[in-house]
Amino acid sequence: MSGLRVLVGCKRVIDYAVKIRVRPDSLGVVTDGVKHSMNPFDENAIEEAVRMKQKKIVKEIVVASCGPSQSQETIRTALAMGADRGIHVEVPAGTDADLQPLAVAKIFSKLVEKEKPDLVILGKQAIDDDANQTTQLLAGMLDWPQGTMASVVNAADGRLTITREIDGGLEDISVSLPAVISADLRLNEPRYATLPNIMKAKKKKIEKMTPENLGVDITPRLKILNVVDPPVRQAGEKVPDVSTLMEKLKEKGHL
Amino acid sequence: MFCLHYSYIYLDLHLIISLLADTGMFCLRRCPRSSLLKLLSKSRSISSSCIDPNLGLTTDEIEYRDAALNFAKTELAPNMQTWDLTEEFPVETIKRSAELGFGGLFVSPDYGGLSLPRHDGSVIFEALSQGCVTTASYITIHNMVNAMIDTFGTEAQREKYCPDLSSMEKLASYCLTEPGSGSDAAALVTSARKEGSKYIVNGSKAFISGAGATDLLVVMTRTGGKGPKGVSALIIDTDTPGISYGQKEKKIGWNNQPTCVVNFDDVEVPCDNLLGSEGQGFNLAMHGLNGGRINIASCSLGAAQQCLEDVLHYTNDRKAFNQPLNANQHVQFKLAEMATELTTARLMVRQAAKSLDAKEPNAVALCAMCKLYATERLFKVCDDALQLHGGYGYLKSYPVQQFWRDSRVHRILEGTSEVMHMLVARDLLKHL
Repeated sequence: MSGLRVLVGCKRVIDYAVKIRVRPDSLGVVTDGVKHSMNPFDENAIEEAVRMKQKKIVKEIVVASCGPSQSQETIRTALAMGADRGIHVEVPAGTDADLQPLAVAKIFSKLVEKEKPDLVILGKQAIDDDANQTTQLLAGMLDWPQGTMASVVNAADGRLTITREIDGGLEDISVSLPAVISADLRLNEPRYATLPNIMKAKKKKIEKMTPENLGVDITPRLKILNVVDPPVRQAGEKVPDVSTLMEKLKEKGHL
Repeated sequence: MFCLHYSYIYLDLHLIISLLADTGMFCLRRCPRSSLLKLLSKSRSISSSCIDPNLGLTTDEIEYRDAALNFAKTELAPNMQTWDLTEEFPVETIKRSAELGFGGLFVSPDYGGLSLPRHDGSVIFEALSQGCVTTASYITIHNMVNAMIDTFGTEAQREKYCPDLSSMEKLASYCLTEPGSGSDAAALVTSARKEGSKYIVNGSKAFISGAGATDLLVVMTRTGGKGPKGVSALIIDTDTPGISYGQKEKKIGWNNQPTCVVNFDDVEVPCDNLLGSEGQGFNLAMHGLNGGRINIASCSLGAAQQCLEDVLHYTNDRKAFNQPLNANQHVQFKLAEMATELTTARLMVRQAAKSLDAKEPNAVALCAMCKLYATERLFKVCDDALQLHGGYGYLKSYPVQQFWRDSRVHRILEGTSEVMHMLVARDLLKHL
């Protein structure tokens, strides 16, 4: 199999190492001045596409991101990892938290119409909303087969064999192309963006557009009512033996 | 030490993995080791605080820093303490850094380099030092030698040596200091006697970083009369017969970098290996050291940054007299002083780098000034961080003592603080 074209999605999210603070209005988290970086699952997605390109299964990797102007930095990281060109679907700054999976899936289905890739690879979920919906919604819209939570992807004879990480263990499926995959953490070890590649990436093209250009209405369908910190963790209690444990559990109504 | 403080990744990794498994983060058990380390070694970040090293950097420069920091946290930080104890020179890891472009930062792209300005180099070395000061400073020395050959070498020399150095196929050492001459570098006695198409080199060099493990040396030798004008630089392959090494020195820091005396016994070096012209050697050495001083100062920045980040977490978590240490105004004020020194030093180092890049007339003095300030003040920051850790600061299982030991030598090598005073004073008096 060779010559495939891949569309990879990536999202600019708050860096996973940052201490999250709830906004004073309790409608979200503080993002101003906070370090952002590429969603870790998206790194796996791009890495998989780059590996497929190195194996000559894939011919061209287009990376797309929906977000404010700073999303271009995330696209550049993807280009530095080995993607060929980028698409930035820009939304006004400050409104990116309203961009929900349904809208993103609609945008990507328009991009698929435009770019005609053979394969779409997205990250399993974004670490800010943990939605894990975009891949599934997109596959539904395109009526394409989907391989979500992929931890192994093999290409042969016009089909993909995918190992999925599911609650019960691992599931192997075979899908025909074109298809949509979502990358899980165990899919691969994302490469370092090397300095030479970072410099080369500056010359790669990033096409800019808006949801309006694509004819997509991104009005949120879900409204966030309230965001609060999780309750402060209470100290646990040590019990001397199993019978006391059973007593305590019954007491607290867990049994 | 059984609670999960992110900054204590330096403790037994197996303990941490089993603790995480116990707390129900089962998915991490199946994580490839390096992702797990990445997760753990990125302690809670200090972005947009007054000590954020991204201060004043462009988007490009932040990308370079991120690339270097990622490498530092993933490849260097988890190993730095083991390397210090076993005194292993991590050649494999160092060579891996070349894949990211860290072998020829300042060298022309024609010879595998990136032609980056010194300012960007400073940002990169600072980030690498947060992972391991010793490894980062070896990489700076390697880069200094590579850049010297690229700047002063003939086409043939650049073509012969720079690509291998940029890819780190070969590693380099810099030989100026001798058992009898350190600060008084121009008093060196290692001789290179010309005989036909060869120089015959005799003498010894001392305190050579990487000696015994490196493939290429740039050696300052005496080809002419006394003083700086009699010094010439030679490129010498370490497999040339006549080169021998003294015993590996036992040091208090920089332990994962071998330091030895290098002896030259009638070593024959082709005249083609003369770097620059005869008598130009001292200028070359001083030129190289300007950049070297920025690099060493940058390593001190990384050490202090990491120490300060660690102690911020420690003083937040550690309780005494029913409150965290950082509830005490004295501790807060101490942290504020340390932060101010760090940010000030950072600005000084980056400005010196910019001046060197712009070839400004005061660049030499600024490089001296930045090394003087950064190495002296930031060692005290590491020292204060150690003190704030209390008894734990004295234990080798905590990284702060290693940053303290490793950065102590920065006040001495590549020009002692005393010599830096000399250079700054010279610049001031020159203008009277």
